[in-house]
Amino acid sequence: MNATLGWIQLALYLGLLLVITKPLGLYLLQVLDARGRTWLDPIVGPFERLTYRLGGVDRNKEQHWKQYTISMLIFSLVTMLVTYAMLRLQALLPLQHLLNPQGFSAVGDHLAFDTAASFTTNTNWQSYGGESTMSYLSQMVALASQNFFSAAVGIAIAAALVRGIARHCADTVGNFWVDLVRITYYLLLPICLVFAIFLISQGMIQNFKAYDAAALTEKETIQVPKNDANGNPMKDAQGNAITVPQVVDTQSIPEGPMASQMAIKMLGTNGGGYTNANAAHPFENPTPFSNFIQMLSIFAIPSAMTFYLGRMVKSPGHGWSVWAAMALLFLAGFFICWHYEAAGNPILTQLGVNPADGNMEGKEVRFGITNSALFATITTDASCGAVNSMHDSFTPLGGLVPLFNIELGEVVFGGVGAGLYGMLVFVIVAVFIAGLMVGRTPEYLGKKIQSFEVKMSMLVLLVLAMDILGFTAWACVSDWGKAGLNNQGPHGFSEMLYAYSSVTGNNGSAFAGLTASTYWYDTTLAIGMLIGRFLMIVPIMAIAGSLAAKKLIPAGPGSFPVSGATFTFLLIGTVLLVGALNFLPALALGPIVEHFLMLAGNKLF
Amino acid sequence: MNILKEIKTSVVVTLVLLIICCGIYPLVVFGAGQLLFPKQANGSLVLDGDGKPIASTLLGQTFSADKYFNPRPSAAGQGYDSTSSGGSNYGATSQALHDAVKQRVADYRKANNLPDTQLVPGDAVTASGSGLDPHISINNALIQLPRVAKARGMSEDDLKKLVDQCTDGRDFGILGEPGVNIVKLNLALDGKFK
Repeated sequence: MNATLGWIQLALYLGLLLVITKPLGLYLLQVLDARGRTWLDPIVGPFERLTYRLGGVDRNKEQHWKQYTISMLIFSLVTMLVTYAMLRLQALLPLQHLLNPQGFSAVGDHLAFDTAASFTTNTNWQSYGGESTMSYLSQMVALASQNFFSAAVGIAIAAALVRGIARHCADTVGNFWVDLVRITYYLLLPICLVFAIFLISQGMIQNFKAYDAAALTEKETIQVPKNDANGNPMKDAQGNAITVPQVVDTQSIPEGPMASQMAIKMLGTNGGGYTNANAAHPFENPTPFSNFIQMLSIFAIPSAMTFYLGRMVKSPGHGWSVWAAMALLFLAGFFICWHYEAAGNPILTQLGVNPADGNMEGKEVRFGITNSALFATITTDASCGAVNSMHDSFTPLGGLVPLFNIELGEVVFGGVGAGLYGMLVFVIVAVFIAGLMVGRTPEYLGKKIQSFEVKMSMLVLLVLAMDILGFTAWACVSDWGKAGLNNQGPHGFSEMLYAYSSVTGNNGSAFAGLTASTYWYDTTLAIGMLIGRFLMIVPIMAIAGSLAAKKLIPAGPGSFPVSGATFTFLLIGTVLLVGALNFLPALALGPIVEHFLMLAGNKLF
Repeated sequence: MNILKEIKTSVVVTLVLLIICCGIYPLVVFGAGQLLFPKQANGSLVLDGDGKPIASTLLGQTFSADKYFNPRPSAAGQGYDSTSSGGSNYGATSQALHDAVKQRVADYRKANNLPDTQLVPGDAVTASGSGLDPHISINNALIQLPRVAKARGMSEDDLKKLVDQCTDGRDFGILGEPGVNIVKLNLALDGKFK
């Protein structure tokens, strides 16, 4: 490990992110304008118009916030049903030999429900291992489609909210169908096309052949459980599982259409892996270069959205102030995570492991400590949830960072669209607090912030906290909850807390030791995701509609400036304060107590 | 607003988007990949003389004999099972992790003839995130080098040259960490690679 190179990589990352923010933001301004012009118009325009004609969409007709929301909800329901049906029918759909060469059977009912909810809500929580569960058709259509759709929906909602802030005395916030189609055609698809081909160049697979059987150089004999005639594991008189030796002489190498799906998985901050190991798998993330570009693609659109905000509300400084708040929160999280992962696990040091190598359990050699900590911070700042190392095996405080990032609401750049609309809720709360402190009616960019907006904002924050803490509390007093644990003691509690934080925040990463493919976990996690997505979007759309209708009042000496360092630090303070008040008690029972136990080193679980 | 019309629009737009995003797009990527980067797109396979696959250079395998560089411990299935990728997911205060690492440290020292006081490289005794990590750290490879050289009757200098050839450095000299690809290295030692 080389600390200097770590700093250089961080600087390179943040520098490149800053460089692409403005051009991509300018492009977003055109994409998110029904009459915007881009250089792709000659190629994409005909497809766009054809889609409107087939769907009966009038591109010039805007929608009221309620209509916009209903269109979005109906679309999400329809696509979720498609995904669910395709997973259930996996073994019956056409072209089995080509698109399901491994002959995977139908996905079970609660797992299919959990997975459909997961991909529809941009969560991509996975209670299954992709390479042993999903056919090529399921990966390429049932799951990858939602990677596009849920990303486009997120960006559309953020655009509607920004329009609501930018407009005054207006009763519409845009047209959902136009936003959906334009985001998909002009933004997501073109970038993914280039990105996917780049990923192949680095070693990612994209094919339709059956899994290859590689003849191993060294055959090995493993012990496998012996099953009776009904397929149930057999036990001896003492109740121990009976095993039989089995010679392993081949390695089954997974194949399939991975690159096309992984490009949108990262760009759309979806995070659902093709394989169980996600972006730690050498096929899904073959080189440090592919890792770097994947990390950049997570933050690319969320970062550009802040520029879009600034331009739309005619206050570029506001957009950059929000960007700065996000960047500072990102850096703080990364430094903590990096420090503790590099310091290693003192319990293992005592056993003779070189502490200079840091905590390598669950990490890949090609990424090392720095890029594992960086990826973990980025993927949870955003609602991505792809992982290039196993967060479950992070040191307690190193693992606290991704957990707390999610619990802050994933507003540090955040998910595509979701990050910006989540952060704007905190902006409203921050402006409200500032207004209270000086005893004036709070204003935000010339609009009075009144009780309706504050109520809706508080609803969003309460849903976040109650969804996470309520389900965690239920799981940790239930037998089904404790049965799924891979670790005991405080770390077991952290596994449950992380799971419900992840699904509520629509993140999808996990303390992956948790066995979640059970009826109770699948169902509660799926409900948690749907609440975390749609019970947040509806109040946010209500805010958009309410702000759009308001009159503009000229800025006076009492108006609170929403650009500059004071605003940036007020915003950071608000985000941290709300997060800490909601979640510190729970964190104290999990990662924080585990940290002290690790330092003491005399109590293992 | 007419809900039925919205449902119809939903269904039609979904179908159109499915055809474009999940039909045309992956096929274009497939075509481009097969044309431009056929080796990578098909799994970076290593073939034997008859054209049958014996490995992927990206996926680790079990090599436990003294004459091979040993890979990292693996939590994928019962070890390097590439249909079951994943890590151990043991937390820092896990008894199971403690016991496994204790055993691995002892085994590693014994196999490589190290004194009981010598620190062991972190990657040598911990499981990777994927369970399929094809790399070991350079330090780990250098500790194993004398053992492999002795088992094969090779000079350490010749073996060191081969290790260097099979080392994947940082991309652009900056990104990531260097690692020795043990799949390439062990197959090269057996004359099955390059």
